[in-house]
Amino acid sequence: MSAIRQTHPLLKAAKAAALFFYLAFALFPLYWLLKISVTPDRLIYAEGTALWPETATLDNFRRILFQSDFLSYFANSVTVSLGTAAATTLIAAGAGYAFSRFDFGGKKIVIALMLVTQMFPLLMIIAPIYKIVAAVGLLNSLTSLIITYTAFNVPFATFLMQSFFDGIPKDLEEAAMMDGCTRFQALRKVILPLTLPGLGATLGFVFTAAWSELLFALMLISKNEAMTFPVGLLTFVSKFSVDWGQMMAAGVLALIPSCLFFIFIQRYLVQGLTSGAVKG
Amino acid sequence: MTTTHAKVTSGETRAWRSAYWRWLVEPYFYVGPAVLTIVLVMLVPLTIGISYSFQSISLLKPFATSWVGFENYAALWSDAKFWRALMNTLRWTLGSLVFQFSLGLGLALLLNTTFPMKRLYQALVFLPWAVPTFLSALTWAWLFNPVIGPLPHWMAAVGLLSEPYNILGDPKLAMWGPIAANVWFGVPFFAITLMAALQSIPSELYEAAEIDGASAWQRFTKITLPFLAPMIAITVMLRTIWIANFADLIFVMTGGGPAASTEILSTYVFNTAFRKLDFGYASAIAVALLFMLLAYAVFLLWARRRFVKL
Repeated sequence: MSAIRQTHPLLKAAKAAALFFYLAFALFPLYWLLKISVTPDRLIYAEGTALWPETATLDNFRRILFQSDFLSYFANSVTVSLGTAAATTLIAAGAGYAFSRFDFGGKKIVIALMLVTQMFPLLMIIAPIYKIVAAVGLLNSLTSLIITYTAFNVPFATFLMQSFFDGIPKDLEEAAMMDGCTRFQALRKVILPLTLPGLGATLGFVFTAAWSELLFALMLISKNEAMTFPVGLLTFVSKFSVDWGQMMAAGVLALIPSCLFFIFIQRYLVQGLTSGAVKG
Repeated sequence: MTTTHAKVTSGETRAWRSAYWRWLVEPYFYVGPAVLTIVLVMLVPLTIGISYSFQSISLLKPFATSWVGFENYAALWSDAKFWRALMNTLRWTLGSLVFQFSLGLGLALLLNTTFPMKRLYQALVFLPWAVPTFLSALTWAWLFNPVIGPLPHWMAAVGLLSEPYNILGDPKLAMWGPIAANVWFGVPFFAITLMAALQSIPSELYEAAEIDGASAWQRFTKITLPFLAPMIAITVMLRTIWIANFADLIFVMTGGGPAASTEILSTYVFNTAFRKLDFGYASAIAVALLFMLLAYAVFLLWARRRFVKL
């Protein structure tokens, strides 16, 4: 913006201070998590608020990985999040495409329906979902989590996918259909390859959302071997409430997949939300 | 004669069929799975949930399920904990929203300028958004713990606290813990949305204003804010509903305590269903919350039509 060209040195300093404030605010809690996770047990109480421990250790990670159930929680969470991301993206790509390309009877109703699901308290359906899942014998199974999470994420993912499809000219698939493709073939061969970044962003977004979900997993999973990472971590925290180093090491582990996905998608996601917002 | 006639009709039927397929069936083929999932996994349970609120239904008494009319609602009306949770919901939502919005707007304005290594900076300040909510909650709970966290010591050093103790255990201050975590987690969302709106403001406007000699402050109040206003209104109203429903942070950090001082309606729903296994009463609280949110949404739509000219 043009305002920058004539900045006063005082304004420049204020801007630098603001930039630093936001960076410190965003990163300090994560830094602290990392710091305690590499602090040896004997130093945790002794050093208090020192910014870095005298000696660092990976013991906590070793114990979390090899002497606890966290690897199995981790695997469960990966299964649930990948399953949810794949199912949601597939379903949302279809619906997003329909919203972008067709005018069909009931379109407004379907859009309204999806908006409503974003509004009502999700906890409202926690009791009925529990009853239904119990009735079909799916308690303590990862499948029940994948199905519920998929439904929760479909509406937002649909709007996201629609914004990506809107960015692709209609002429492309019309040309392919002139050349004898059916619409579905045109979608598969021409349009989907062009929306790969959008598909990636949606996958990443849903993966992160499923990875974070706690309350439904707490309700539906009680057996140790089916616990997802959040449920496992909370159980661990309430059982071993003074093993600070290990708890935080587990926290750092929980952070890894979402951060990887985030770094990968954040550019696309900001773009996607931006283009959607400008149009809406 | 008859054969050609038959051919014509069959050709017509085929054409008609393909048009039928194209315009009447095909869209539903694409949108169907989404509608089916949402109806089966969200709307059917929603209906069942509303019906639960008129029943006495508790997992602790599996054989004593019965219809009780408005009994749950009558109990709700005279439940002091419910009214307290309602007030706490307002405190929680308003407190979170004010800080999320003002800090988010500040960040969006910063990111709309140029500075070195902006892409990396942007990725780093948006990082809290990617942190799983249960982990944000635990991290902040640990930061507020005087045994391993620095915050109580710092707050005592600058005089905010008389001595370094855990504010999550103090009924007067406990709510600020989850609010801090929520602000940390929510600032990137506001920054992203407002950035998108900022980028949609035509730069010619700023150039014209500059030529006419407008100061930076005037450009901000006369161009930026009016352009952002509709976006701000929509984002804030959607976010209010989302925050009011958001139970994870409070559940993990305080569980609604101490002495129910951080119990908001959504954690009250979850605690009643998950801890007490009383599905009937939990559903009644949830329905009450739903109606309040609906009333709020209707009010906002009315206010928007009345005051915001688009």
